[in-house]
Amino acid sequence: MPPRKTAATTEAARPNISADDLKRYYRDMLLIRRFEEKAGQLYGMGLIGGFCHLYIGQEAVVVGLEAAASEGDKRVTSYRDHGHMLACGMDPKGVMAELTGRIGGYSKGKGGSMHMFSKEKHFYGGHGIVGAQVPIGAGLAFADKYLGNDRVTFAYFGDGAANQGQVYETYNMAQLWDLPVIFVIENNHYAMGTSVTRATKSPALWKRGEAYGIAGEEVNGMDVLAVKGAGERAVAHCRAGKGPYILEVMTYRYRGHSMSDPAKYRTREEVQEMREKRDAIEQVRQMLLTGGHASEDDLKKIDKEIKDIVNDAAEFSKESPEPPLEELWTDIYA
Amino acid sequence: MATEILMPALSPTMEEGTLAKWLVKEGDTVKAGDIIAEIETDKATMEFEAVDEGVIGKILIAEGTEGVKVNTAIAIIGEAGEAMTAPAAQAAEAPQAAEKVPAAVAAAPAAPVVDRSPDWPAGTPMKTQTVREALRDAMAEEMRADPTVFVMGEEVAEYQGAYKVTQGLLDEFGAKRVIDTPITEHGFAGIGVGAAFGGLKPIVEFMTFNFSMQAIDHVINSAAKTLYMSGGQMGAPMVFRGPNGAAARVAAQHSQDFAAWYAHIPGLKVVQPYSAADAKGLLKTAIRDPNPVIFLENEILYGRSFEVPDIADFTIPFGKARIWREGSDVTLISWGIGMTYTLEAAEILAKEGISAEVIDLRTLRPLDYDTVLASVMKTNRCVTIEEGFPVASIGNHLGAWIMQNAFDYLDAPVINCTGKDVPMPYAANLEKLALVTTAEVVEAARKVTYR
Ligand SMILES: Cc1ncc(C[n+]2csc(CCOP(=O)(O)OP(=O)(O)O)c2C)c(N)n1
Ligand SMILES: [Mg+2]
Repeated sequence: MPPRKTAATTEAARPNISADDLKRYYRDMLLIRRFEEKAGQLYGMGLIGGFCHLYIGQEAVVVGLEAAASEGDKRVTSYRDHGHMLACGMDPKGVMAELTGRIGGYSKGKGGSMHMFSKEKHFYGGHGIVGAQVPIGAGLAFADKYLGNDRVTFAYFGDGAANQGQVYETYNMAQLWDLPVIFVIENNHYAMGTSVTRATKSPALWKRGEAYGIAGEEVNGMDVLAVKGAGERAVAHCRAGKGPYILEVMTYRYRGHSMSDPAKYRTREEVQEMREKRDAIEQVRQMLLTGGHASEDDLKKIDKEIKDIVNDAAEFSKESPEPPLEELWTDIYA
Repeated sequence: MATEILMPALSPTMEEGTLAKWLVKEGDTVKAGDIIAEIETDKATMEFEAVDEGVIGKILIAEGTEGVKVNTAIAIIGEAGEAMTAPAAQAAEAPQAAEKVPAAVAAAPAAPVVDRSPDWPAGTPMKTQTVREALRDAMAEEMRADPTVFVMGEEVAEYQGAYKVTQGLLDEFGAKRVIDTPITEHGFAGIGVGAAFGGLKPIVEFMTFNFSMQAIDHVINSAAKTLYMSGGQMGAPMVFRGPNGAAARVAAQHSQDFAAWYAHIPGLKVVQPYSAADAKGLLKTAIRDPNPVIFLENEILYGRSFEVPDIADFTIPFGKARIWREGSDVTLISWGIGMTYTLEAAEILAKEGISAEVIDLRTLRPLDYDTVLASVMKTNRCVTIEEGFPVASIGNHLGAWIMQNAFDYLDAPVINCTGKDVPMPYAANLEKLALVTTAEVVEAARKVTYR
């Protein structure tokens, strides 16, 4: 049987981290948060339209896992994708301009918030159909294995997506063919308005891999170091040719499902509790301060740097022109 | 610096809303994330959060106000002690949507230049092959030439193909490139798309296209649309292939023609060959094409033999119809298995003195409109023939297209011969009735030629 770990053992197995790394994670998480706040603001101003799903609260998941990834590793996710793109190094300007539907966006304004890609950063979207990115992620891993590349793919999906049939079709084939794919379940406890427990009687989602013989573990997704540690175990497993690995990362989204969700299915107290006591960014901030790794001034400097990046991205996203009308007819066929 | 808090758009369709309630008052200090107001949108009551920290200066719109337009200033926020009054100028309006693009009406050329070059040079040695063998050879040749081409599907490897189309491929190329999948169409279609994103050229076999409905989300949403949605960065160079349409006596769930379904989708290419030569030449082109290609075969045609050119690397371009018979009285347009009825009908019509021109479209996307147009301009009459359902059929599309582009040339309305508007029955006599028949094609041709 493959090795399985529980949350308790993952906490114990936290990796040793340098002060610089810790500062980097703080910075990367803060970039996502500020970027998303700005996106929410631009949405409110009518500059961003349609569906827009913010990642606020879940920042430690992608920052922790990107810290475990190496150059050339691939990632694919759902429509809640802004954080993943920023964490893998995509340019905030290009992401924001895609949100505003401008030519300077990663998809020239033709994909929008939910459908963005970067071949250069090995980011394969941005998928609007719940669960569809899971077999696509396994397919990317299939290609790497076929081509003999020593790469792994992170296939991110939600707790709601975890109930889609194609996920289990994919688990079966990924294990059958030993594909180097890490299935990352971002369990933020809700699929739109449906809590995990209203959607399934087997809420330990990572355990569902057992039926296929896939190793997995539950991870504290509000702790960037715990996520990184789990990510490193998963990556090592995949790179060793042992097949797929499941990480069920327990996290929380502070905002509604999308911009138009009043989030009446949960209490304000529940949200406040997470924000005030479990917030991943605040935890790292405290770690930096109490450990003497950074002064308030150092952190202010980082805050300022992030604010400037986000403001520049917002400016760019407003100034970049709308796509020329000819773009309607391009990129349909290669 | 004092800034305005603007009435937010809180849903994709919201243009105005009600400022239901202020949860702060003038002079209150707020920080980012604090809820400052409740706003009723067209959908729900939403909490509105402050995005900056500061002190609420002036509240410009009183609670209870209805019909507050998005982007109207509703309050002023600033730093403590700052004088905060409403700036005179309103905030800039959100940019207007781009001007409407003029509807693209393709002006038909008066006399289209039609590519009538032969598919192979005169004098080419020929060999007799079944469609099944031609398809297998096409895959084998492309797999020899390009190591990134692989085949996956149910029973394609050890069983040698449910319809023996992949016979021998496992022996030659091994289990790495000829892959038996579990019965999970949705899953393996998605894995195929991911593999294509990742640099491979998958051939995904559906045991029959009926089962592609399980996977149609990946075919359309993942394979066909990604090039567009990524602004040209990545797409899915791959082939989805397998038998399509009615076989014999397999009833409703195993007898559907998907030509019109897939031909509907921009981003897909759709091929439906009739002859073995076309099957071979078009499948090789499909495998090389950088786009997702739907390759519709037919179980009844698999065993039919045709002459196939004996050329080392024989391909047929997409978008080039083949004229099987030249004629002057009526144009018969078909493709795939529909060609069997059409050619039979043309034979019968010839005996009656009606000269039919028979066009095999071969590819439905791209479609050779020029050949259709040139022929209809010559014969002034047209009948389309297909096995699919009548509503929103390919024939409907061709009829409409001909009407828009060659109206003055038509001497009769275009008639669409199609399968009947019923699920395929099992009983032998009813099944025959449900399919399009040669007699119906003959009758339609008589009708448009007023004989
Ligand atoms: C196949 C499909 N069904 C329904 C939807 C509508 N939808 C969009 S997101 C969503 C909830 C998904 O929740 P989860 O997987 O937990 O991801 P989260 O939004 O929490 O990140 C639903 C039902 C969809 N996009 N695709
Ligand atoms: Mg969720």
